[in-house]
Amino acid sequence: MELSNNRMTMHQLNPEKWVDQYADYLFNYAVARVSDGEIAKDLVQETFFAGLNSAKNYKGDAAERTWLIAILKRKVIDHYRKINSNKGKAEVRINYNTNSDSEGDWLEEQVADPFSKLENDVLENEELGLAIHECISKLPKKQSLVFTMKTIKGISTEDICNELGINPSNLWVMIHRARTALMGCLNQNWF
Amino acid sequence: MIISHDEARIICCKAQYGEASLWERLKLKLHITFSKNTAEFSKKNTKLSTLCDNAYLQGLTEKEKQAMKEKLKENN
Repeated sequence: MELSNNRMTMHQLNPEKWVDQYADYLFNYAVARVSDGEIAKDLVQETFFAGLNSAKNYKGDAAERTWLIAILKRKVIDHYRKINSNKGKAEVRINYNTNSDSEGDWLEEQVADPFSKLENDVLENEELGLAIHECISKLPKKQSLVFTMKTIKGISTEDICNELGINPSNLWVMIHRARTALMGCLNQNWF
Repeated sequence: MIISHDEARIICCKAQYGEASLWERLKLKLHITFSKNTAEFSKKNTKLSTLCDNAYLQGLTEKEKQAMKEKLKENN
């Protein structure tokens, strides 16, 4: 039975396309927050389940992906609540600034560390990752697949050709088209 | 030694993955000296590679996606 027959509401949800269209995007979002691929994968799966179960509540005010991201955010929060439910096991990570000669005011130094660009870089890289995934999702299916296999998963040209039944010339034409489209898609904000 | 714009761009893409031969890279370099468009494309292509590296892109395998689809169907 088609997923869409059973669950699709009048507001254009297409659950049968969720995995192809949004799984990588949601996974990237989740893995940036939980730093664990397996947990991130489970959270994405749970997000899809929750999406299916609450499809009738989808009013179409937000785009489908935005709606799924909102569900995933709650899943991430639930995940941290769960692992921190035993207070003694909560983990706090602090990067101590070992270059400082000053003594005493160490906590204040950590709060406003003028030498660290870490937080901004992490945020910017995460935003960049989501922007790239969004652009990849707009590519034709085969270009998206070839680009992902080659660039994100680092699979060899030979293995991709064998798996997809194409020759290297076809592969490079698809990579070229995908990269050209991505440059156009990312152009406004990132070039 | 002379190549078309399309061929130059494809070599440029191969070079991003370290898969252009020495001969191909030479042909590309020569082409870039007289083609402003290809030079611009090459610059952007290199920038795209840097962006992809900086973003630490991660994705699910096709197998994992298939498994997700199966579970979604079961859950439905």
